[in-house]
Amino acid sequence: MATAVLDDPMLTHPHLVRNVIKETPDTFTLKLEPEDGRHGTSFRPGQFSMVWVFGVGGLPISISGDPAERHQLVYTVRSVGQATNALVTQSVGSALGVRGPFGNGWPLEAARGRDVIVVAGGIGLAPLRPVIYEVLKHREDYGRLVVLYGARSPRDLLYRKELAAWARHHETQVLITVDYGGMSWRGHVGVVTTLFKYARLKPSNSVAMVCGPEIMMRFVTRELEAHGLSRNEIYLSMERNMKCAIGFCGHCQYGPYFICKDGPVFRYEQMKPLLEKYEL
Amino acid sequence: METLERIIAEHPFFQGLESYYTGLLVGCGANVRFQPGSYIFKEGEEANEFYLIRSGRVALEIFAPQGKPIVIETLEEGDILGWSWLLPPYLWKFHAHAVQDTRAIALDGKCLRTKCEQNHDLGYEVLKRFAQIMERRLEATRMQLLDVYAVR
Repeated sequence: MATAVLDDPMLTHPHLVRNVIKETPDTFTLKLEPEDGRHGTSFRPGQFSMVWVFGVGGLPISISGDPAERHQLVYTVRSVGQATNALVTQSVGSALGVRGPFGNGWPLEAARGRDVIVVAGGIGLAPLRPVIYEVLKHREDYGRLVVLYGARSPRDLLYRKELAAWARHHETQVLITVDYGGMSWRGHVGVVTTLFKYARLKPSNSVAMVCGPEIMMRFVTRELEAHGLSRNEIYLSMERNMKCAIGFCGHCQYGPYFICKDGPVFRYEQMKPLLEKYEL
Repeated sequence: METLERIIAEHPFFQGLESYYTGLLVGCGANVRFQPGSYIFKEGEEANEFYLIRSGRVALEIFAPQGKPIVIETLEEGDILGWSWLLPPYLWKFHAHAVQDTRAIALDGKCLRTKCEQNHDLGYEVLKRFAQIMERRLEATRMQLLDVYAVR
């Protein structure tokens, strides 16, 4: 009976905030552990949870931690409104509700034996970080890892120490760019698509995983196609207003799909006609 | 030993250019090197050359009155620096600042303009390549204006 209750996708499990890390002026990473200290949560890279701030509401948040660390759930959240602000201002020891994980996740099985191209913009790096952990942990199972990451400015870059550490790995290329650099910035300046000319890509044997604002993904997919990747080898993580997270409520319907249940990761082939529709 | 002709021919900007034209370009070219922190050119100065970047990184800066310069773009290996030599009034519109030890081939703009006037086929090849660069940078600038990482 107890197992049936735990498996109920509508049941919220209380978790305690164990750590809060300020990533940028408006973005924070929260590390949560189950309040009962017993059951861990396994998840696939790219999945999300419904995180409940008591008295405020629930939010769909991508899991940004290491899938191997089952004792905790890690979320990176940008404060953009009342609910996200309530989430990022939680103090260590406070309680949150968690449902999930939900969604399909990134196609890591399909990427085995192939090069993995990760393209992220802004906070879009958060849902892709578990992919990077997974590829680096099972290095022999994949080809080259190419990470292309763009943000508005140097102070908006997430996980700066980790980005530097990833770049030191064998067969891994990490290229970072910002739209506007200050005088102390010695890195690349330009939008994320300008990084492609410096990336060592092997399009015939690659899978691309892209996450960021939809307008950015439109430009990135165009660049990936120009470099020879087919639409079936390009995957996008979509975001809509998820509520129930199991395809019942219809809040996140996008054309014929429910983002929460059928996604959030889709092939570009599926998304292209929808991304080209106005106001969808 | 790498000859200037071979370096020019292998640079992505001139890839596919017939060797006869590469031969014409060599007479206008010279190897150059810039120390980190040095300025290659500054806004308002005469634009008499352009650069095929071989290694390093160059920041294009806009001077902001009463403020620090803003880096709007960086250029690296395989990129082209400068097109103000091509169009009147032949003055630089930005500062170009070497942020790393930078090696390049400098091509004399006046010399090249003369050769392009004398040989319109060469002029067309050069203009075609610059038009592509301008189109890519215009698109990148539009994306910067869109602020694509913003929350909507």
